[in-house]
Amino acid sequence: MVAVDQLEDIAKQVRRDTLVMLNRAGSGHTGGSLSSVEILTALFFSKMRHKPLDPLWDQRDRFVLSKGHAAPAFYAVLARCGYFPLEDLVSLRKLGSHLQGHPDCKFTPGVEVSTGSLGQGLSMANGISLALKLDGKPSRVYVLLGDGEVQEGQIWEAAMSAAHYKLDNLCAILDHNHLQIDGTVEEVMNIEPLSDKWRAFGWKVFNINGHDYAQILTAFDKAERTKGQPSIIIAETIKGKGVSFFENKVEYHGVAPTDEELERALRELEFDSQRG
Amino acid sequence: MGVREAYGETLARLGEVYKDIVVLDADLSGSTKTCIFAKRFPERFFNMGISEQDLMGTAAGLAAAGKIPFVSTFAIFATGRAWEQIRQSIAYSSLNVKIVASHGGITVGDDGGSHQAIEDIALMRHLPNMVVIVPTDAIEMKSIIETIVEYNGPVYVRGSRIKFPIIFDDSYKFEIGKGHVLLKGSDVTIVATGYMVHSSLEAAQRLAQEGIYVEVISMPTIKPLDEVLLLKSAAKTNAVVTVEEHLVTGGLGSAVSEVLSENYPTTLKRIGIRDKFGISGKPKQLLSHFGLTPHNIVEAAKEVLGKKKKRVSLKVVATG
Ligand SMILES: Cc1ncc(C[n+]2csc(CCOP(=O)(O)OP(=O)(O)O)c2C)c(N)n1
Ligand SMILES: [Mg+2]
Repeated sequence: MVAVDQLEDIAKQVRRDTLVMLNRAGSGHTGGSLSSVEILTALFFSKMRHKPLDPLWDQRDRFVLSKGHAAPAFYAVLARCGYFPLEDLVSLRKLGSHLQGHPDCKFTPGVEVSTGSLGQGLSMANGISLALKLDGKPSRVYVLLGDGEVQEGQIWEAAMSAAHYKLDNLCAILDHNHLQIDGTVEEVMNIEPLSDKWRAFGWKVFNINGHDYAQILTAFDKAERTKGQPSIIIAETIKGKGVSFFENKVEYHGVAPTDEELERALRELEFDSQRG
Repeated sequence: MGVREAYGETLARLGEVYKDIVVLDADLSGSTKTCIFAKRFPERFFNMGISEQDLMGTAAGLAAAGKIPFVSTFAIFATGRAWEQIRQSIAYSSLNVKIVASHGGITVGDDGGSHQAIEDIALMRHLPNMVVIVPTDAIEMKSIIETIVEYNGPVYVRGSRIKFPIIFDDSYKFEIGKGHVLLKGSDVTIVATGYMVHSSLEAAQRLAQEGIYVEVISMPTIKPLDEVLLLKSAAKTNAVVTVEEHLVTGGLGSAVSEVLSENYPTTLKRIGIRDKFGISGKPKQLLSHFGLTPHNIVEAAKEVLGKKKKRVSLKVVATG
């Protein structure tokens, strides 16, 4: 298992990669990528059993990025794990690149299913979980949801199904950064009481700080020990996390850093890593 | 036997052989006939409740993990309610999901327009990677299911509520993308699909009595369309009628006219529903209400024949 301080170093690299990719692409989703970095690195560098050089290894745990717009952070994590060369990252969103604007399983190793249209990933994760259970495989399935995303009706259809079919091999993580595009989740369409809703739908709920590795990893382990029902980890996060002038800023949901912003952001991350 | 029953029984039989088949329904397993599979293989049957979007998404996940999901509900809910799930979660990644719907077209009858899918072929035909199939009888349906289980990729099969007459014999073998000349003729080509194949055969008999010999083509695969067969026949008859229990826009009529316009512009008449929703009534009543009877087909064949003759004589005048 990778130590927490190592995970923190990886997270910093992933943040840098993400910012550079977004800057080179000139478009993409900065805020929601940065809020997911710890969750993604904890999964791919510590929790999940997988083989980057054998992406279809049949014993692997599966991951579905239901909030597909966080693709930059996801790709950075995949590249850092070794699914494809780091040099590929800057081809994000470019013609001919295997790194599409949103995850596309046709092109990118490590991407299990294509996402981008919000609200659809949980059903697909359920389907994968059902298939694994039918085959008697011990693999687990992880799916990352956005907090705005759970306004989609299909999420609640899928929430029902996962509990109905007792998908205890499934663990959802909700990136609860409290922001979506048009404003705060509370203003746009309130989803609270969130934990009560999932509990009422038959899920085991864990509430954690989504930037704290100890809490993230403990929650993954507890979810794994939960039997007879699916688990959801509601992770309190900060949109834009790691770059002070992006943090909690609704306007940085879907814009890429300019050259000047990139420079400032990288300097901040550098300073942090020297301090930390 | 109806096409639904043929589907249900074939699926249950294939379930013995193909251990990776899983079946999903949305609270309509009695109507779609997936209940037969459900009874035999309860552990591989998933009732997803009345939630068609989740139905399609779950099927996508099962396919992504190597299963062969067959998904059934009424045609309108499968293709309408869950269209974007089919697009994003299934077709976009070309996942191996078989959507076999029942209750296509207006012959759904009494339930009325809300339950009659008249646009489902159009909705599915416009999705890249999607194969679109409409069975002609129960024997063909059986062969369709046996064929698509071996095909890797998304498929939409449009079944019907009503029973169809049987025209094929047990030796019949369906092939994706292959149409069939059921009757040879040189005056007019009639291209039909689903129940309309039977009405077209009846129309052809009546026309023969009047000395008009039509070629009847059944097109079980709407996409990919059997262009070679179509163009060969059109080149012979120079007059084409399409017949479908669907809007004339987006379905078989559109597919045929697209191919003809680009390759061999031909006098054409499309029979189908013209910019209207269905209504309640008995299937037979509705077919005549919407102009989908053998009589309508006879009239259309005469119309294109007349136009063709006029064209030929105009050409003679112009060149002569
Ligand atoms: C079905 C659908 N509707 C709209 C969008 C456009 N969209 C992209 S991101 C987003 C906001 C997502 O908010 P949230 O789930 O909270 O994500 P995060 O804050 O983690 O970025 C929207 C509306 C989409 N991708 N899919
Ligand atoms: Mg959010």
